[in-house]
Amino acid sequence: MSDFISAKKLDELLDSARSLLPVGVFNELRERLTRLQLTEDEARRIIDLAIKEYLGSLIEPGEAVGTVTAQSVGEPGTQMTLRTFHYAGVRELNVTLGLPRLIELVDARKMPETPIMVIHLDEDHRYDRVKALKVARSIETTKLENIISKIDIDLATSTIIIDLDPEMLEDKGLTREDVIKALSKVKALSGRVSTDDADVNRIYVEIPVNYDFIKIQKLRDRLLKLKLKGIKGINRVIVQRRGDEYVLITDGTNLEAVLRVEGVDPRRVFTNSIYEVENVLGIEAARQALINEIRNVLEEQGLDVDVRHVMLIADMMTMTGVVRQIGRHGIAGEKASVLARASFEVTVKYLFDAAARGEVDELRGVAENVIIGQIAPIGTNLVRLIMNPTIAKRSE
Amino acid sequence: MSSKSSKKKFNILEHELVPKHEVLTKEEAVELMKSLGIGPERLPWIRASDPVVKALGAKPGDIIKIVRKSPTAGESVAYRFVVSG
Repeated sequence: MSDFISAKKLDELLDSARSLLPVGVFNELRERLTRLQLTEDEARRIIDLAIKEYLGSLIEPGEAVGTVTAQSVGEPGTQMTLRTFHYAGVRELNVTLGLPRLIELVDARKMPETPIMVIHLDEDHRYDRVKALKVARSIETTKLENIISKIDIDLATSTIIIDLDPEMLEDKGLTREDVIKALSKVKALSGRVSTDDADVNRIYVEIPVNYDFIKIQKLRDRLLKLKLKGIKGINRVIVQRRGDEYVLITDGTNLEAVLRVEGVDPRRVFTNSIYEVENVLGIEAARQALINEIRNVLEEQGLDVDVRHVMLIADMMTMTGVVRQIGRHGIAGEKASVLARASFEVTVKYLFDAAARGEVDELRGVAENVIIGQIAPIGTNLVRLIMNPTIAKRSE
Repeated sequence: MSSKSSKKKFNILEHELVPKHEVLTKEEAVELMKSLGIGPERLPWIRASDPVVKALGAKPGDIIKIVRKSPTAGESVAYRFVVSG
């Protein structure tokens, strides 16, 4: 019976692999090895084999990873549903997914078709539905039109009569005083808002003197859209139970403002607008958000695409420090080679512009070499022969 | 940043989407460029106006080391060159 290796000795052996393997692989290797009963020789051989296997599976220099990515995402993309709306299960909230969403992401649109936020709450508010609802109410935009039962224009007394809906007021966590305060803040109406002693739900707004009928109508419409509380851009908030905690799902997005709301866990506030993530959290967060969103779309459609492809897309899009779209206003349009640009879209425009500027194509990329029928500089053809005169002289 | 931030301001570096960023010292930067054999402008860029760069107080010309959580490698290190803009 040979002796089994001690934990200390194993760690010593593993130390040699630490610098060669990525953290994830290393941890898995260590975890598996400590579970097995091995002799020193066996452990050494397994570690060596793991390193060899890892180095062998690295991408080789010159591999056309971009082309492989394009194929690997493009082909499953053809199987995606053209127009899908996925109902999140709660009320009428829906999310764009499938091909339209993927296009939206790689086009780096400023605002998604269906902007949505997922907001996690802090320790105090996470487990209690009532507290979660309170946070939800402070985020959701409430306008005057949401909480009234009637609004009338009385021309005889030159007033606008507003009847509040007490149930809605309660539901939105507002009081009559809040409404009066908000109304008084409107520039033309300061000092013109009054209440009815007989009816607690009635508010009178005196119309300024020189208003004609059209102007009064406009004033009424403006008052209906008056924001009483909440965050701009967030139209609706839904409280959803996920596991043992409550999270808020919103229709509409405003990352910067929601991060400051009391009761949310700012570390876990997410939006599906990459543009907002880029502006508020920076380019690295935008890269991560892009990966998460693209992966999410592909997974939801049941397409098994390796993350590495998605990571490459996100890396290319965030390369210059801002999110660029893949397309003629972004990555494809900024290629160094005239022919590569012209081969993508609007061929004639690029050729004319290049001619006017007297551009020279060095033929270093893949696309331009395919066009003129040369072997593309990928794989072994990436290697160029360069002579170093000093070495050549020495060997004479 | 904003006039409305009367409450305690949230540090964006703590957000789950933001990986760990750190500014390299001059020596580390030189060392890195030597080992990669390229000039810093050939690294991916990060703008000086980027919220994270502002939070760290980095200046154009600095190199930022980013330790990302990677689904394939567990942890992966990337670098970005701070450019003005």
